[in-house]
Order: sequence, then C-alpha cells, then structure tokens
Amino acid sequence: MATKVHMEALSPTMEEGRLVKWNKHEGDAVKSGDTLAEVETDKAVMELVARSDGQLLKVLVPEGTTVPVGNIVAWIGKPGEKVDGAGSTEQGAAASKPAPTAPAPAPKAAAPAPASPPTPPAPAAAPADATRVKASPLAKRIAKEVGVDLKLVQGSGPGGRVIKRDVEGGAAQARAVAAPAPSSVLRAPSGVPYEDVPLTQIRKTIAKRLAASIGPIPHFFLTTEIDMERAAEAREALNKQLGEEGGKISFNDIIIKAVALALVQYRACNAWFQEDHIRYWNEVHVGMAVAIEDGLITPVIRNADLKSLREIGAESRELAGRARSRRLKPEEYTGATFSVSNLGMFDIDQFTAVINPPEAGIVAIGSIVAKAVPDGDRVVVRRRLRVTMSCDHRVIDGATGAAYLKTLKQMLENPLAMLL
Amino acid sequence: MATLTYRDALNQALREEMQRDPNVFLMGEEVGVYQGAYKVSRGLLEEFGPKRVVDTPIAELGFAGIGVGAAMGGLRPVIEFMTWNFAVLALDQIVNSAAKMLYMSGGQIPMPIVFRGPNGAALQLASQHSQAWESWVSHIPGLKVVAPATPADAKGLLKSAIRDNNPVIVLEGEMLYNLKGEVPDGEHIVPIGRADIKRPGNDVTLVCHSKTVTVALKAAEQLAEQNVSAEVLDLRSIRPLDEAAILESVKKTNRAVVVEEGWPHAGIGAQIVDLIQRDAFDDLDAPVQRVTQADVPMPYNKVLERAAKASPEKVVAAARRVLYLE
Repeated sequence: MATKVHMEALSPTMEEGRLVKWNKHEGDAVKSGDTLAEVETDKAVMELVARSDGQLLKVLVPEGTTVPVGNIVAWIGKPGEKVDGAGSTEQGAAASKPAPTAPAPAPKAAAPAPASPPTPPAPAAAPADATRVKASPLAKRIAKEVGVDLKLVQGSGPGGRVIKRDVEGGAAQARAVAAPAPSSVLRAPSGVPYEDVPLTQIRKTIAKRLAASIGPIPHFFLTTEIDMERAAEAREALNKQLGEEGGKISFNDIIIKAVALALVQYRACNAWFQEDHIRYWNEVHVGMAVAIEDGLITPVIRNADLKSLREIGAESRELAGRARSRRLKPEEYTGATFSVSNLGMFDIDQFTAVINPPEAGIVAIGSIVAKAVPDGDRVVVRRRLRVTMSCDHRVIDGATGAAYLKTLKQMLENPLAMLL
Repeated sequence: MATLTYRDALNQALREEMQRDPNVFLMGEEVGVYQGAYKVSRGLLEEFGPKRVVDTPIAELGFAGIGVGAAMGGLRPVIEFMTWNFAVLALDQIVNSAAKMLYMSGGQIPMPIVFRGPNGAALQLASQHSQAWESWVSHIPGLKVVAPATPADAKGLLKSAIRDNNPVIVLEGEMLYNLKGEVPDGEHIVPIGRADIKRPGNDVTLVCHSKTVTVALKAAEQLAEQNVSAEVLDLRSIRPLDEAAILESVKKTNRAVVVEEGWPHAGIGAQIVDLIQRDAFDDLDAPVQRVTQADVPMPYNKVLERAAKASPEKVVAAARRVLYLE
C-alpha cells in the first residue's frame, strides 16, 4: 500500500510551505530518511524527509507551489502501484499556483499581474501547548543521544508527537538553509519589462507582521545628507553650455536621473509588492510627485535611467504643467516603479514621504541649504541636501534601502559617476 | 525429522513419556476405547492397557480430583478435558487443590500433574464452547501454562509438562490438531518458559501464542508486501512468561502488537503491555496495540464469529497504527 507524503510542519509556526525543489523525482527509489524535497517555511529552507521506503510514485505539487501543512505532496509505494494521482479533496483549492515568472518578450504594455486569491491558513499542526514537547520515549532517548533539541523537531505522530523517524531525520531538519535573497542586477539592455518573483515565505511573514504593526504598508525611513556642491557646479556648467537653447537643467532633474540610475543597480528597490509575489522591475519608471490645487499627482518619467538630463527636464516640466492643468492621461500618472517627492522649494529641510502603492519606495527631497560642515580640520560652507527614503519593509529591508541610498548619495556627490 | 500433525505430535509425546516412566498415565472422557475425542490418544489403550489409559464418566470435577490425589500419591497423571470449556467444572480441583498443594504443604507434596485439552474457539461452536481460558488459568500462582502453536512445540512442551513436578496446563486447539509440521525425531524437549521467534523482523513485534501465531504469520506476510518487516514472537509459555524475549524483541523493533484469542479485559495482552511499558519504556516509539476477540460472547453466526475473532487484517491494521502509517 502506498504511503502519503505530507507537507510537514517544519517550524513551530509553519502553516504552509513552498516546495522549492524536488530532490527526488517520480520513479526514483527512496529510502526512509532520504531528502525528498526542499521546502521553504516561514523561517528557512528545510528538508522534507521520506518516511518510508519504496519508489516515489507520484509528485502532486510542482516546484514553486505553496501548500498548507498537512496536504499530500507525493506518494511513496511499490513500483507500479496505483495512487491517487489527482490528489485527494483535502488538497482542494488551497494550494496557490506558482506565480508566473517573466512572460516571454512582450510589448511594452505591462501584462496585468495575476492576482491569486490569498491562501487560507491551514490549522497549525503545532501543539497547542508549545512549551511541552510530546515525544515517544524512544524519540526522547534518541534525541538525547544525538543531541537534538526536541523543541526544534516537528513531530509527525498523532497530535504532533515526536517519534523515532522525526529525530532520525531531526539532524537534517535542524540544518536550516538560509533563503537566498534576490540579488540586484544591472539593467538588462532590452526585452522583458519585469519579472514576477513569488513571495518567499519569509517575505510573507515580514509582510504580515509589519503590516499588522503600522498599517497596510509597513514604512520605515532612512535619511542621509548629501553634499550637493559638485552637483550644483555641474548643473551650472551644463546650463551655461545650454545657454539660450532653453530647457535648463534643474536639481530635480539631476535627482530623478540619479534615483533612476541607482535603481538600476538596486533592482531590489525597484519593485512592486503584489500580495503573493514581488514584481521586480527591469525597467525604471520614476514617479514625480507634483502638488496640484486639490491634492497631488505623480506623473511618470518612463525609462528615466535611459533618458538624458535634458529629456528628463523637458518631460518633467511638460508633465508637471499638464498635471497642474489636470490634463494628464491615466497612463501618464500610473505605472511608476519608484517615486520622488520634492518639497525643496518650500524650504523643508527634510520630511518623510508616503509610499505610493504598489511601489516599494519613495525618496523625499528637502531644500538644498548652505551649511557649515567639517572638512578635515576646517569648517567649510557647503550646499547640502537631506534626502529621506521611505521603504516598504515587505519588499525592502533596512540594509538594502541603506545601500541604495548610499549609491544615490555617491551619484549626487560625484555626478560623473552617473556616466559610468 | 518427520512431518506430523499436531495431534500425532501430542500422541508421540504421550507414548514416549508413558514408555519412559511407568508412573505416567492418561485419564479423561473417551481417551481409551474411543481413542480420544480428537484421536490424540490413538493406540495408547492398546499399548498401555486400561490401568494407564483410563476412561472416565462425564464428571470433570471428579476425575480432576482423582488426578490430584494420584499426583499426591506419587503418580504423574495426564488429565484430558474434551475441551477447556468443560474444565470449568474442574476449576476447584485445579485452582484450589493442584495449584496450592506444594505451597500449603510447606513444600512436602509436589503436584506433577498435567491438565490438557483444546482451548478457544473452533468453528461455530457458539458462546459456551468457544472460549479461551489462558487468562483464567495463568492468573493462578502455582500453575504453569503452555500453549503450543506448532506440532514440534506441542510435542516438546507436552513432554516438558509431563516431566515437570508442578501442575501444568496444556492449551491445545481443535483447529490446530490437523496442523502439520516438522517434528524432530526422538527426544525433543521444549523448555517451559521459553518464547520462540517464528519469523524475524525489525519494524514491529507481533506477540502471539497458540492459534494466533498463524494469524500473526499471515499478517507478517501482508506487512512484508507493504515493506514492513514484522517479527512474530510466539510466547509458547504463558506462565512463566519469557519476559526477556519480549523485551529483547521490542528493544529491536520499538513497536509491539499483542495478539490473543481471548477477550481484551484482563487478557494476556494486558499483562504483556504492562511488562513492555515498564521495562521497555525508553525503547517504545508508539503505544502498544492489542488485537483480541471482540468483547462479546462468541457469536454462533458464521459472519459474526469471523468478525469477532482476531484476524490477519486486524493485526495488519494495528501494526500500521504503531508504525504511524495510518
């Protein structure tokens, strides 16, 4: 008789697991204790271990799929044995489909994000009294002998009882593999406008916890002070060169350009939070908050990283003008991947901007003010700018935001870096 | 090594012991002229004469008492009950006389007597004639109780019982008498109190005795098809119990199912579970399961009777429970 392989509760708080990778495939011989698959819990990537010998007859859950704890993910049995291939009803609709990754090269218009219904949480498999570990006497003895902490082992017996097979595989379970963070990549020259990355379990947990803490979008803020002396010099030189041609370069244009270029280096900040996945944009579309009579609107400088300062300047002036006269088309104020809000003209030293969802970040630009700053053992007067980045913690972690902001600062402090 | 039926193995044991020791004699209903209700005493009257193969009236308490008196006088009686259901009538002699004599005489009067006969259910003998008595008799200090499952064990244990200086209860089985098996030629003795591994295994111990050994062996075959390696441990002796063998097996497999013919309440399995939980606690990976007769008088209806009895399917299910496969 074939035996079921269940999604096991591999951490005390795990309610669902994402099947990262099948290490065994249909038809493979498996032995009790073999690692069948890697499963991402809310904490880490863990090993799902075979509980019986035989052949992996049927894999019910494709890689990338998230299923509630307790669902059947596979069958082990004798070769040729018949099993319930479709998965039983308990599988139900609870398993969420893996989010599609980047679609094939498509027209520029972004495909609508597939909105999967949120997965209802499965009843927790963890015992109600978390302080007491239920274990068979033998399991306790083995755990003691091999030095496994029973609290870290999820029991597969009735009521979560830890039994022999759990502690035999326990050593493996305890080897938690850290979830790889999406790496920032340089802007791809062409092709795919974005890539949908399914929410990792840790991302989901962050999203749930932080949102519960401070509203729907868990903001955090990073402030840095940027020396604008060289940017100001560059601006003056450029404007002098442009002369009477018009279309002067503003600080705002330089900032938008720098923000866009820094985003190319930090794709992790150029992203949308999409409930069950994060969309990391390969394209950079910078929203620019513009105050209008009865509110504000954020026209979008599309592909700002690829545009020259003059183009950005011309486009932003034109968009801002039409924004004030309320003649923007919807596609001109939607689809930003990141935003800039500038209150410098209002003599604001620094402020925090509110993220425009589904974007994951916004930078708030204060006034450029002359300040006395130490320069070695002297004090000099420099034009300084305070920039505050608001980050959606569901997408951007502190260190990521800080690294992004540092790059932005370096670009503005050394505008030539933007040419790199 | 000859292949014999269980019946003939018992017959051999009786004949050899009667040849060996003139003090050994057989007494019971229909044991002589009729050669035994189940032909266990075939040829014995002819060979040993009516003084040593004694037909009795239908009076279990009476001939059991005569046996006790003969044993007190130095003979070695073998008392045959047509079935253990009838032996209930003789329990006063078995429990109050035979079991107590050595103790109450301060060790002066040994009691070398054997009470034997078929035990447990056969087929459709109804409630009064389908009972397993091992938990009754093994409850009594002073009695030894054996329940052989194979012809070889039947011969070896009956010979040991006859030579023992204490009252020994030999529980046979109507459904076992025709069972064939290899029996070592000549002097074949199975010591009382020694269990036997009838099939080695690693994943679960099936503790059984008498007819349930066959049940457990069939269950073990089915389990093997499910990649479960079951060890079949035949107790052979109910009292004294081979505790070391049980514990050794459970320490190896970490899981146990106890199978018996009798009812669950205060059954043999309860005694075994008590032993395991106490002395193999740290080796247990699951609570011990029991498979018994349903807790009802045995139904006469064939379907209900089958449903009430321990079966390989019930043993397989219990084994899967202790293995956490259900």
